[in-house]
Amino acid sequence: MAKAKKTSVDRRDFLKSATVGAAALAATPVAAANAVAGPKPAPAPRNAAAPLPPVSRRVEGEAAAAAANPDPNNEPITVDHPGSDFMVDAFKAVGFEYLCSNPGNSFRSLHESFINYGGNKNPEFITCCHEESAVGMAHGYFKIEGKPLLVCVHGTVGVQHASMAIYDAYCDRVPLVVVLGNFGDAQTRASFVNWTHSAQDPAALIRDFVKWDDQPATLQDFGESVMRAYRVAMTPPYMPVALVCNTDLQEFPMPDDPSLRIPAVTVDQPPQADSGSVEQAARWLVAAENPVIVADRAARTAAGLALMIELAEALQAAVVDRNGRMNFPTRHPLNQTERGGAVIGDADVILGLELTDFYGIVNAYYGDVYPRTRQLTKPGAKLISINSNDLYLKSNYQDFERYQAVDLAMAADAEATLPSLIEAVKKLTTADRKRAFQDRGTTLAAAHQRTLAENRGLAANGWDASPISTARLSAEIWNQIRNEDWSLVSNCQFVSRWPLRLWNFEKYYHYIGGEGGYGVGYGAPAAVGAALANRRHGRLTVSIQNDGDLMFAPGVLWTAAHSHIPLLIVMHNNRAYHQEVMEVQRMADVHERGITRAGIGTTLVEPAIDYGKLAQSMGMHGSAPVSDPQDLAPALREAIAVVKSGEPALVNVLTQPR
Amino acid sequence: MSNPTNAAATGSLERSAFQNPLQAHIVAMAAIIASIAVIAGALALLIFVRPSAAAQATASGKPDQAASAERGKKLFVSYGCYECHGRAAQGGVGPRLGPDPLPLAFVEKYVRHPTASMPPYTTKTVSDQELADIYAYLKSLPQPPKENSIPLLSQ
Ligand code: HEC
Repeated sequence: MAKAKKTSVDRRDFLKSATVGAAALAATPVAAANAVAGPKPAPAPRNAAAPLPPVSRRVEGEAAAAAANPDPNNEPITVDHPGSDFMVDAFKAVGFEYLCSNPGNSFRSLHESFINYGGNKNPEFITCCHEESAVGMAHGYFKIEGKPLLVCVHGTVGVQHASMAIYDAYCDRVPLVVVLGNFGDAQTRASFVNWTHSAQDPAALIRDFVKWDDQPATLQDFGESVMRAYRVAMTPPYMPVALVCNTDLQEFPMPDDPSLRIPAVTVDQPPQADSGSVEQAARWLVAAENPVIVADRAARTAAGLALMIELAEALQAAVVDRNGRMNFPTRHPLNQTERGGAVIGDADVILGLELTDFYGIVNAYYGDVYPRTRQLTKPGAKLISINSNDLYLKSNYQDFERYQAVDLAMAADAEATLPSLIEAVKKLTTADRKRAFQDRGTTLAAAHQRTLAENRGLAANGWDASPISTARLSAEIWNQIRNEDWSLVSNCQFVSRWPLRLWNFEKYYHYIGGEGGYGVGYGAPAAVGAALANRRHGRLTVSIQNDGDLMFAPGVLWTAAHSHIPLLIVMHNNRAYHQEVMEVQRMADVHERGITRAGIGTTLVEPAIDYGKLAQSMGMHGSAPVSDPQDLAPALREAIAVVKSGEPALVNVLTQPR
Repeated sequence: MSNPTNAAATGSLERSAFQNPLQAHIVAMAAIIASIAVIAGALALLIFVRPSAAAQATASGKPDQAASAERGKKLFVSYGCYECHGRAAQGGVGPRLGPDPLPLAFVEKYVRHPTASMPPYTTKTVSDQELADIYAYLKSLPQPPKENSIPLLSQ
């Protein structure tokens, strides 16, 4: 690709000009944004041999063979200022803090430019042991820091490893920039392996679940594509993007082209809903007797969380948090998440904010092999949706969920729309309505308290059980972190949502939601990535880690130890892919046979996996297995001390299934 | 691999967004059955107060020996009830089942023919005797400590 534009140069001339060019370059460092990348040596392919004679002549005789095998003493063997330096300037202009990667020679020049030319800073190379870990780390990092990371992978085997994690990030509407190394030009593939690590269209594999991808042909294209990639990824709905980076473009010297520039990065304002629709929504909400706000990925930032509180309080409306992000404080009196079914059933207006599945909010499925649904809402309940997902849909993967008709649909970003919605609500609220809102608020606050008390009562069941109940596990962790600046970075669904039912979540970084695509293997790397983001803020990062999830790519523990990422990992070691235990059990029950055999193919027993030793083998603290609830507090205390010293630590807890 | 959005999955992220969406309906059904039973008098007392005796009293195909909590405890695990209800029946994907289980008549009816997301255990896989044993186990579970006696549950 890049080669197509190159003019063939005499090798000796090339060497001369390369030397001159290098001297000039050394005096003119390439500045970051908007830089002219200095005078460049004449472009030349790496194996810049004289043009090959036509085949008919080459096969003819020895003279021709000699021409095709030139004197190695005259071959160019060094490169000053490879194209990958320019690429690093472009990435630096965007401002990536880290580069998560498992190394691969299809991006070796870029790798070397990052660590030497770029000084291994912004981005700093984080060594990952699997591409899935690299992407998962970027996924978790974004949800804490709000900034995408860069991930470099082989465009073939690397992206194959990375693909599930990219899918999770896509479903979770998380942006990241994936660079796919590729040997695009067959003539410069220096080994047979490079052929197997080359593709015509490397991004094809992930095109269904990235928002945009490109394969820039020149460095100028590359600079512009980096900016576009960032811009596209960071416009709601956020999603991953991919850039194919061919080796010739990386490894050959930068062309001698004074017009080569890196454009400035532009970020779009998130799309707001139109004022007429916002006004209509406000009118329905103010007039409603039982309005309910349901949020999934509504709060993109801490500001979004504050806006959610403002809207809920302005209306004294019930809030149901689907927990895709930290949308609403768990102890806020208007938080009715734990009695969500009841408030949905009573609602006359439901405002859905960035819902992944509006259908599943207003309907319940039942039955198994023959699933049926039942409407949960009263007839006439009005549904309002603000959802940026409606701005960008893909066809193949079905993460858009079941179709739900609504009364007012705004294809817009919820967080960006909330300020005008709040203003409209306040404007329309009369003194009469305000009194009604206050009564409603009092009723909801009482219901909230009752639900909390109920949950505490339920948590007492199985309190002393061994293996340890997930309620006890959650309560013991909470006891030791609640006075710290903590951040829980694992999905609570797998521990029966106990942390969300018992703990006081109030800050944006207190919770980051889950996988997005429910692809197992997300949990461990996302937690390490989130902990990496939390490190600079000095937060105590906690992950309740599923055993099956960790076993996909446990090497991320080594990355945590190697990069000194403080993270408390508390194993939810239920010794199974427990979801699948239940799924197979269902089938055995439904098929009326073999109901004692659901553990075959689904459990992780015999031998028991010693996660403490696994952690130790990676160079981090790992506890002995804890199965007696009495032993949990001391084990947690010991591990937290390690985490506070700046290192990761793992507590291996044998738990109840859910 | 895994897809916890599927029914049995994730507590609240089951087939519907909310935990045991039909739970209220089920409990209401249980209450109706219980009240009918109370009206029914002596037999009802046998069933609800002394499930093992009730088990003995049933006709052929029905339990023919005293229900055993010990056997029930083993069956609760080997038949997979624990997967969704917890090893201590404390609840998980499915609700808490004991101590103080719902009336036996309801449990029998529900386990045989669930109406929400629980899979069915028909007489082909779980005999009446075994179900009575499981029920005896649920009844035998110790009362959990009062939540306000646990400092960790008040913070
Ligand atoms: C795959 C998960 C699963 C398994 C296995 C399972 N249950 Fe359930 N069970 C549930 C769910 C979920 C509910 C809540 C109602 C519903 O959705 O059907 C439930 C409800 C019940 C109820 C009604 C109690 C109430 O409070 O509503 C009883 C009784 C019960 N289960 C007993 C059992 C017994 C006994 C077994 C083993 C023989 C068992 N379950 C196995 C998932 C399961």
